[in-house]
Amino acid sequence: MAVTLDDPRTKNVVRRRGGRNWEKWGWIYMRVSGLVLVVLIFGHLFVNLYAGGGVSALDFAFVAGKYASPFWQVYDFLLLWLALVHGANGIRTLINDYSISPVGRGLRRLLSPHFLMKSALLGSTVVLLILGTLVIFTFDPCPATSNADLLPSFCAAVQ
Amino acid sequence: MSLKSTQLPTPTPSGSRTLNPTSLRSRRFSLPRRPAGTVYRGREGMWSWVLHRITGVGIYFFLLVHLLDTALIRVSPEAYNAVINTYKNPIMGLGELALVAAIGFHGLNGLRIILIDFWNVGTRNHRLMFYIVIALWVVLLLGFAPRHLMHVFGGGA
Ligand code: HEM
Repeated sequence: MAVTLDDPRTKNVVRRRGGRNWEKWGWIYMRVSGLVLVVLIFGHLFVNLYAGGGVSALDFAFVAGKYASPFWQVYDFLLLWLALVHGANGIRTLINDYSISPVGRGLRRLLSPHFLMKSALLGSTVVLLILGTLVIFTFDPCPATSNADLLPSFCAAVQ
Repeated sequence: MSLKSTQLPTPTPSGSRTLNPTSLRSRRFSLPRRPAGTVYRGREGMWSWVLHRITGVGIYFFLLVHLLDTALIRVSPEAYNAVINTYKNPIMGLGELALVAAIGFHGLNGLRIILIDFWNVGTRNHRLMFYIVIALWVVLLLGFAPRHLMHVFGGGA
């Protein structure tokens, strides 16, 4: 049986079934989100880990003081979504690079390490995006039942 | 045009730089020990990529933990403070330094990647830009490390 090969100079034409080129948009997203993340992460580290008492000053009252302002709520919301989606898409690249994609169909495919890793990645990303968003926007800086010493100072005026 | 494999010509190394190990040894100048024409193979191009990948994964797994510990502010002040206090012990303090070092490299090198992709002379200067990334990274850490270590180990404000 004769094996036929393309002429080495044949153009590598990728045939697609139409629709959007998601890989391209992923590539663009990594770069656009990266640019924004440089600013957001630098500011995040500066305010929480460098200014004031740095890590030694972190506690509930500090975070509650920040989240009392819509500015930090929106800031952390953007940080959450941009960083987690950027990181998850990066991990997707690694799974594609290092794990063989499944050959079989049905259950064989569903139980392949490649598919399980991608499911775990997608699942954890969705759960953390929802959890993080709820935490930022349903947060109560002055919970009623708490030891007042642990709360931000403005809670005394509220209660 | 398609050819049968039996019709294919025998492959010959292309270009004038035919690599013949014995004849190379007598030459004065150094020839590349890697396939020519790849940006991401060997030296600065490859090592920046390796570091970018390792730091990216490291930061990602920290982010997973960090989102969960921050979510404790929705549980109770006591729960959050208990966990965040573990971030203040010396071993974790060194971990935070490593984290900032990793993020600093990943972020600066990410900007370098973007410049390679979109700046018309970016590819030509990728090696120089790598050393600029390292220089900026050293400056960043020199600014951060002493202050952070004082926060962790006491001494200073
Ligand atoms: C500080 C700002 C950041 C910048 C400028 C940045 C930039 C980039 C760029 C441009 C890429 C794409 C590489 C490629 O497609 O060839 C990338 C990949 C990646 N990034 Fe980031 N990034 C940043 C923050 C983060 C954060 C916070 C995480 C973790 C949550 C992260 C995790 C990753 C991972 C896992 C990859 C894939 C690495 C690979 O494919 O080798 N990055 N980054």
